[in-house]
Amino acid sequence: MAYLPNFLFVVVLSVAVAIFTRNIRQILRNIQLGRPTDRSDQSKARWNNMFRIALGQSKMVKRPIAGLLHVVVYIGFIIINIELLEIVVDGILGTHRVLAPYLGGVYPFLIASFEVLALAVLATVIVFWLRRNVLRLQRFLSDEMKGWSKWDADLILYFEVVLMGLFLTMNAADYALQLRETPGYIQAGSFPISQFLLPLFETTTTSKLIVFERVFWWAHILGILGFLNYLYYSKHLHILLAFPNTFYANLNPKGQFKNNSTVTQEVQLMLDPNADPYAAPPPAADERFGAADVTDLSWVQLLNAYTCTECGRCTSECPANQTGKKLSPRKIMMDTRDRITEIGPILQKQGEKFAGDGKQLLGDYITAEELWACTSCNACVEACPVDIDPLSIIMDMRQYLVMEESAAPTELNAMMSNIENNGAPWPFNNQDRLEWAKTTN
Amino acid sequence: MHIPTVAELIAKGESPEYVFWVGCAGSFDDRAKNITKAFIKILKQCEVSYAVLGTEESCTGDPAKRAGNEMLFQMQALSNIAVLNGYGVNKIVTACPHCFNTLKNEYPELGGHYEVIHHTTLLKQLLDKGKLSVEGGKFKGKKITYHDPCYLGRANGIYEAPRELIKKLDAELIEMRNCKSKGLCCGAGGAQMFKEAEKGTQEINEKRTEEVLKTDASYVAAACPFCNTMLTDGIKGKEQQEAVVVKDVVELIAEAKNL
Repeated sequence: MAYLPNFLFVVVLSVAVAIFTRNIRQILRNIQLGRPTDRSDQSKARWNNMFRIALGQSKMVKRPIAGLLHVVVYIGFIIINIELLEIVVDGILGTHRVLAPYLGGVYPFLIASFEVLALAVLATVIVFWLRRNVLRLQRFLSDEMKGWSKWDADLILYFEVVLMGLFLTMNAADYALQLRETPGYIQAGSFPISQFLLPLFETTTTSKLIVFERVFWWAHILGILGFLNYLYYSKHLHILLAFPNTFYANLNPKGQFKNNSTVTQEVQLMLDPNADPYAAPPPAADERFGAADVTDLSWVQLLNAYTCTECGRCTSECPANQTGKKLSPRKIMMDTRDRITEIGPILQKQGEKFAGDGKQLLGDYITAEELWACTSCNACVEACPVDIDPLSIIMDMRQYLVMEESAAPTELNAMMSNIENNGAPWPFNNQDRLEWAKTTN
Repeated sequence: MHIPTVAELIAKGESPEYVFWVGCAGSFDDRAKNITKAFIKILKQCEVSYAVLGTEESCTGDPAKRAGNEMLFQMQALSNIAVLNGYGVNKIVTACPHCFNTLKNEYPELGGHYEVIHHTTLLKQLLDKGKLSVEGGKFKGKKITYHDPCYLGRANGIYEAPRELIKKLDAELIEMRNCKSKGLCCGAGGAQMFKEAEKGTQEINEKRTEEVLKTDASYVAAACPFCNTMLTDGIKGKEQQEAVVVKDVVELIAEAKNL
């Protein structure tokens, strides 16, 4: 019976890690359903990007208030996780504060830092909640943020409040037991914050206090493991995916849109008077121009979708959105993720046999009206703190609309036929291109 | 004034240092033609060797690509590249950020490798080399605000050259609330210029115009013929054309020099 807690802990930990691994592999497989795109170049610049933008939060702090608040939670999250190491070892071995004897004078400093950070995170998370629910900042209230997205955002904050609260009460109970020189509770750590919670336990008997301490300890680690597995169902995957996402981000100038190489071959054949049209290899049957569904997008675009944490900086900078159009770059990313989550598992099971589910990203999730409202100004790409590129998806979907469905707005068809016939988007004769010179003095 | 074409220079056995890519707006749009003319005057005064393609120039394909028509874009691109490579062109200067972006970023992969430069960058270089002198003239002490074209700013990271030119006018450069990498679009990019906007609560150029008006500037400098049109329309819509004038950066310089 003495080993029952250890046994339970190992079982819970193994199950939690197993589910987490399964979920992460599911996400990776879904991402791999995207079309290939080569991002294996410029590794130095890519590492640099990741260090600056993900690790260094350089784009986060462009909005100083939200940025600095986020840095607090981010640093808190990373540092407090060091404590997790000790908790896991204690859980498996049935020890208590196992690292204390090895770390000597550093240990109290570490515990004190965790406590200060935990309080800072707690305070910051409350500010975050107030921004969403009391100040009601515009970018958290868009249409796509109603329902589950709103719940998800708040739930993550509640999770963090509870976890930080449990961490501090756990320490307070421990400290109270240490002060009472209870056997098994070694004198270790320094508790600059949780010492103020001591009065809570003043009248509690030692045996009850031990129960409290154990309950807080267990609740804290179960909470962490629960949160770990909640990530998969939430918008919160950026804490992991921000790193690969910034690594594989587009490093070219933002104005450079990719050229379709299949089109290049076709155009070269058209323009070459000596070309033999029958010598050309037939285009792949499943190859279509642009994107109608998530499987037409590249794996980087799908990674982008999973990385998005719905902060809405893209949408708040979008000129179309600011002037009341339906387009919201954040919604483009959320729709993409919802769709890949929907068909990813079916596709993996049925593979080649998958005949579709009667739905697609274009039309069922993202409407043509949203796509045509974009000015391709790159404000959304610039604004994203983790280098997500909603514009590339919009452009791929426009390409599908025009090249596969001939569904461009009428005025754009007129513009394109002008280019085709006169070499200019307006109906002017190309022979008049130098007319302006006649009136130049 | 005689405008040299590449064809005629090549026929004479000469070749220009720069091909001036005029662009559709600069060739056909009455307002943008003035930008072209102002730039030509400065090129001439600074004795820059240049020529235009004239009737051999065709749309770069930018609006077609942004509208989703990759086929038409590449047809335009490959034909233009055939012309440019046929003449052995090395350097291209243009006053249109859309042409600039497409020629510079999207043509190389299709076989068109040129040193492409925006006219504001060339002017800045001429200034630095001492070939171009700029004084305030009629703009001295005036308030000027600068609108960042998306395809020059965010798309290609060029924010400073146009600003430094404006500062040379002894004018007060006032920034709008959204400027540089956070600059608000004029509403024309991504082929929007050629269609009605989707239903919304406001036109984008109207919103940008409101930001312009808040600066209390008497001039708003643009560096793109399409931004120029959008802002001019926006200011007319607010009936402020007496108070604020839209000028391309090169027009400001040419006018300051009484060219």
